[in-house]
Amino acid sequence: MFYRQSGVRHNSYSSDRDLFPIPADRYALWFFLALGIAAPWLIDGLYLNSYMLPWLLWTAAALGLNLLTGWAGQMHLGYAAVMAVGAYSTVHAVRFGIPWEFALLIGGLSSSVIGSLFAVAALRVKGLYLAITTLAMQFVMDWVLNHSPAISGGSHASLQSPTFALLGQDITSDAGLYYVALGWCVLVTIFLLNMRRTGLGRALVAVREKDFAAAILGVNSFYYKIIAFATSSFIAGVTGAILVATFYFLASPEQFSVNVSIQVLAMVIVGGLASIIGSYFGAALILLMPGIVNGLFAGFADMVGLQFGPETLAHIPNAAYGALIVIFLMVEPMGLGKIYGNIRDYLLVWPFDQMKK
Amino acid sequence: MDWVFLAELTVNGAITGLSYSLFAIGLVLIYKSSSVPNLAQGGLTMLGAYVVLAFSYELGWPLWVAIPLAAVIMFFVGLGIERVALRRLAGRPIVMILMMTLGIDIFLRGTTLAIWGGAPRPMGLGVSYDPFFVGPLLLSRIHIVGALVAIALFVAFMLFFRSRQGIRLRAISDDYMASWSVGISVERGVGLSWALASVVAVATGVIWGEIQGVDQTLSLLLLKGLTVAVLGGLDSIVGAIVAGILLGIVENVGSGYLDQMVGGGSRDLVVAAVLILTVMLRPHGLFGRHDIERI
Repeated sequence: MFYRQSGVRHNSYSSDRDLFPIPADRYALWFFLALGIAAPWLIDGLYLNSYMLPWLLWTAAALGLNLLTGWAGQMHLGYAAVMAVGAYSTVHAVRFGIPWEFALLIGGLSSSVIGSLFAVAALRVKGLYLAITTLAMQFVMDWVLNHSPAISGGSHASLQSPTFALLGQDITSDAGLYYVALGWCVLVTIFLLNMRRTGLGRALVAVREKDFAAAILGVNSFYYKIIAFATSSFIAGVTGAILVATFYFLASPEQFSVNVSIQVLAMVIVGGLASIIGSYFGAALILLMPGIVNGLFAGFADMVGLQFGPETLAHIPNAAYGALIVIFLMVEPMGLGKIYGNIRDYLLVWPFDQMKK
Repeated sequence: MDWVFLAELTVNGAITGLSYSLFAIGLVLIYKSSSVPNLAQGGLTMLGAYVVLAFSYELGWPLWVAIPLAAVIMFFVGLGIERVALRRLAGRPIVMILMMTLGIDIFLRGTTLAIWGGAPRPMGLGVSYDPFFVGPLLLSRIHIVGALVAIALFVAFMLFFRSRQGIRLRAISDDYMASWSVGISVERGVGLSWALASVVAVATGVIWGEIQGVDQTLSLLLLKGLTVAVLGGLDSIVGAIVAGILLGIVENVGSGYLDQMVGGGSRDLVVAAVLILTVMLRPHGLFGRHDIERI
């Protein structure tokens, strides 16, 4: 019903290759983009910077991991370590006196280099062993961060991020910081949307499905695995840097610990592998869930008249977070993106479902 | 070079390493039968220790009642996890299976801490902390107990794998399809391996709970246990024991000398390095089966 296909005729090759052949998808996209731009006027500053901004940035991070795990099929349990590389090198570069624009590039590129080291593991092994290796590399990175005062300012210390500035303008207002996050997230989204229909995207999918078979077809899986790792690490690095610059305002090793790696992977899985809109949903669910569960649980406890210790209340969101991942994998392994796809497919033919059967 | 220092590091390392083997045996049991890398073993270990404490500490029962009772409960917990969560994921991509075990791990840790709280508690096994000298070497009693338990479990599983049920499990680990076609209940076998791994988790939890106290850090044994399991070959119990001794020695000697250089805390680094090197050089480990992939 909403997704009308009538009147969609392709008269040229370029229209046939449209990103969104169905007008409704296009309108929805413009609508949500407009909503995103208008958000500072619609939403209170506190909500804007404590919900919308991290949501957009974690979405960008999840999209970067999705490129690697969803499209190229490579496991990565050390994603937060790569984000840390970008964040720390950017902050150090800025403190050294380099403008933010170049510092972000430096952060992204250094992440790419370190991330490609992870790819060296991917060239030797895959699947489970790759996951284990990247996990070990995450631990190595944690150790390096915690034991090299030159990088992190020492164990349990933090590195203050200088005021964020673009094009010589200091950006300190809520709306300004939010627009930076929005801009970056939109950039990453556009990149991924278009990557799907390029040779690169198809080659990545071929490598995902079976790397040996891809090699037989002439796709250099060695090369594309490195490309996938480098690209996703670049996104991770810049996201990490923007996260520190606009949200945390200081960098500390705990922000990039192994739990964060697992969290980003959870966003990707809950959202759906190789689903762009799913990454948005997944990031939102994983980020908002602790607050919601806490609220629900406190309300429930009030209602029944039970008293829970602070420790119980502190750990319930964690348990719920684990349960959420488990339930999602049991009920809908393809994630929220698939659920959205199902609804869309249903509405596509809605009053005339008999056509499907 | 101080030979006594080196010998002490080596022997203590080997004994500590055998306690890591305890953890690794749980991983190996599950991987052997179903090719599932059980990243929830840390959570299971923690849960096992807390269940023992719930009986011994809160109900005041003696430990020789509490530990077997906890083992029985964990046996069914393991069965339940396999039945509810893992069975549906058979044949799914490995990333989903990994994420499932990670999710279970987070869930188990969160639930355990929500119920019993996170403050460290003693296990109260009653092993004395008095120094124990063999010649000039200073050894830790509790680690020796852990090593003995690991060896006992190893012998028990070696015998088990010669029994009728054990041969079924071995058949399942060799070939899913072939075992199905000769009438072995693969599901039941895999469930049994989860149950046994959970029982092993109780043993691990008790020993390590005594060593470092029962709290959240029990689940951090995962990295070391995983390293031992990978180094020995993920589907080899002999490998778990041998690799445990090896890793323990490398870790203890390596960090014993490295700590003096970098100022402490190099244990995890040595373990992670061993893990990365193993996967890079010999992914199937020392005794694991080398699978050749088909297109």
